[in-house]
Amino acid sequence: MKAIAILRRGIGSLLAATALVMAAPAFAAGGGTPLDRFPTSKLTDLPSLQDGARTFVNYCLSCHSANAMRFNRLKDIGLTDEQIAQNLMFTQPRVGEPMRVAMRPADAKEWFGALPPDLSVIARARASADGSGSDWLYTFLRGYYRDGTRPTGWNNAVFPSVGMPHVLWELQGARGATIEEVKAVKDEASGKVTGFEKIDIQFSQQGVRSEKKEKLAGTNLHESTHLTLGPAKGGSLSQAAYDEKVANLVGYLTYMSDPTAKTRSRMGVWVLMFLGLLICMTWWLNREYWKDIK
Amino acid sequence: MAANKPFDPKALLGWVDDRFPLTSNWKAHLSEYYAPKNFNFWYFFGSLAMLVLVIQIVTGIFLVMHYKPDAAKAFESVEYIMRDVPWGWLVRYMHSTGASAFFVVVYLHMFRGLLYGSYRKPRELVWIFGCLIFLTLMAEAFFGYLLPWGQMSYWGAQVIVNLFGAIPIIGQELSIWIRGDYVVGDATLNRFFSFHVIAIPLVLLGLVAAHILALHEVGSNNPDGVEIKKNKDANGIPKDGIPFHPYYTVHDIFVVSVFLAIFSAVIFFAPEMGGYFLEYNNFIPADPLKTPAHIAPVWYFTPFYSILRATTEEFLRYGMVPFLLVLLLLNLATARYMLAKLLAVVVIGAMVIGFFIFDAKFWGVVAMGASTMIFFALPWIDQSPVKSIRYRPDWHKWFYAVFVVAFLVLGYFGVQAPSPIAERLSQFFTLVYFGFFLFMPWWSRMGKFKPVPNRVTFSAH
Repeated sequence: MKAIAILRRGIGSLLAATALVMAAPAFAAGGGTPLDRFPTSKLTDLPSLQDGARTFVNYCLSCHSANAMRFNRLKDIGLTDEQIAQNLMFTQPRVGEPMRVAMRPADAKEWFGALPPDLSVIARARASADGSGSDWLYTFLRGYYRDGTRPTGWNNAVFPSVGMPHVLWELQGARGATIEEVKAVKDEASGKVTGFEKIDIQFSQQGVRSEKKEKLAGTNLHESTHLTLGPAKGGSLSQAAYDEKVANLVGYLTYMSDPTAKTRSRMGVWVLMFLGLLICMTWWLNREYWKDIK
Repeated sequence: MAANKPFDPKALLGWVDDRFPLTSNWKAHLSEYYAPKNFNFWYFFGSLAMLVLVIQIVTGIFLVMHYKPDAAKAFESVEYIMRDVPWGWLVRYMHSTGASAFFVVVYLHMFRGLLYGSYRKPRELVWIFGCLIFLTLMAEAFFGYLLPWGQMSYWGAQVIVNLFGAIPIIGQELSIWIRGDYVVGDATLNRFFSFHVIAIPLVLLGLVAAHILALHEVGSNNPDGVEIKKNKDANGIPKDGIPFHPYYTVHDIFVVSVFLAIFSAVIFFAPEMGGYFLEYNNFIPADPLKTPAHIAPVWYFTPFYSILRATTEEFLRYGMVPFLLVLLLLNLATARYMLAKLLAVVVIGAMVIGFFIFDAKFWGVVAMGASTMIFFALPWIDQSPVKSIRYRPDWHKWFYAVFVVAFLVLGYFGVQAPSPIAERLSQFFTLVYFGFFLFMPWWSRMGKFKPVPNRVTFSAH
């Protein structure tokens, strides 16, 4: 069985490498902040996935639906119908139902400006050349900072001006951020670049914005933005525990976006072994027939 | 008594044969269809294309049982297939991977034809049916891509249907007529579904039958480009021919198992293939109010899409006009008939004038269309005295190599977001792409050709 696991990992990484080489520069992404790597070991760890499911129904499911996901599908991650019904379902009566949301679309538009997206396949949709969808979610959910200029009081390092507030703030606490921006200064009449300036934007832990501008010497520069998050304070979890919590949640979201993934790759090994055998046999059959041809 | 009569296997077959040409067709197309014995690697892809066609039809039948062609339900119904339908995920991944596999196989199959001159006399019709299959396949893929109703499906269809709007005078009305609405909507989804599952597959099957009938009428070409029918034995059987069944059927069974291994590796371990077979953006439901920052077609359309994007006003004036003038001068200097010269002057003259009258977008559509249809001309523009690349001057091989590079580079830039450097390079390779074909009547007969043997070259395995 260990050999199969190694084989499976081997084939997986081989294909992934091919796809990665092909994908490397494709598809531009949004934010510009490099993505942290989601710890993929969470995907095979049932207690982590169960913890992620709990965080999901407690914190996400009030506003986001997962219409393609049925509650009783959670048996995949080692739960029983009773456990699901007693611990994870708050409003819906039957375990066979999909994870719907009670919030009315019209209300959602009024409160957030847009309908919160369905999260059934979000971990697949957020993939790009910068990283997997899981990487993006893992960085996003750990990238909130206080910004008093936003209606919700929050902003995000990988999703600037995001409509969603920091739902997990009680766990993580609040943090400030520093944005260092190098911008071209343009002559208003001609639109020509006359020089560069550096803008330092500070957000305090309470979200108070302060800005400092400074002219830069030289014209041989290029525009850039660099965001540094401050330390989080006031949360009920430590930094490491919060990262762990988010990793579990993202593990669950990743599982939910493709619940057959594990069955698929496990089955794939057997299929390939069978086809390997078939290749040997058909090669041999072919050779026997072609002996006649001179 | 009847019970004592020995079983006669001929009886049933004989009964059928008296009423239906079963044995005669079996012989004509399989057991007594003589194919050259020197087929190589490049000859695998015809039967693989048939295999993929069958995979697509069978998986398609099962997908239609659960898919809902309704703008409000389409996206969810695909996820329903992926989760709640037993084995639905496998059927769906087979279909989505099959679409890409179809193009991989068909491109390699077409390239084989190019390498060995399989389109040359007497196989012009085989080639033309093949080109029609290629165009039909592109239509089939295009219509099918709208069905998952994701962002890429939606905006890809929007972009392509809008292209018809570039046609002067009737364009706008035409694109509304195609969509059945002012934007891509439910009406569009329903008609694309109908085309994808009924109309186009019927045409495709008919063309495939015609392609094979035409091939079996004239016989297969081979890597040497030698006509095996010119050397027959006393029984009228080509000396270099072997019965397709069993020799090539066992060959193909082996190839099929190798293909299935690669195909399964993708399905089971990387069905998205890094966003190339299933685009990431297509996991977001179609939203008519949110245009994605970067709309790219699926990889198999990108070489042609690049040609569309490369066609700017600047390119028409400073790239295309000199290109066409060189073509015209070459034609005037060498064409044998007055009519050909006249035709060249009229066509090229009209195009150059048109460059200044009509929008570059219109010419982009023309260029994209021409790049997919230029293959039809191959039997007549290839003037080389030999069929196969094996007996052409060595420098011809470089021309083919440059063409392949142009095709790949154009394909690469087609998936990328536009940039000034990409635009210049795409324009250059667009000229290379068209130059390869349009100057073929001249370059294909130049150089020192090697003597073609009478019999095929073959060493026993």
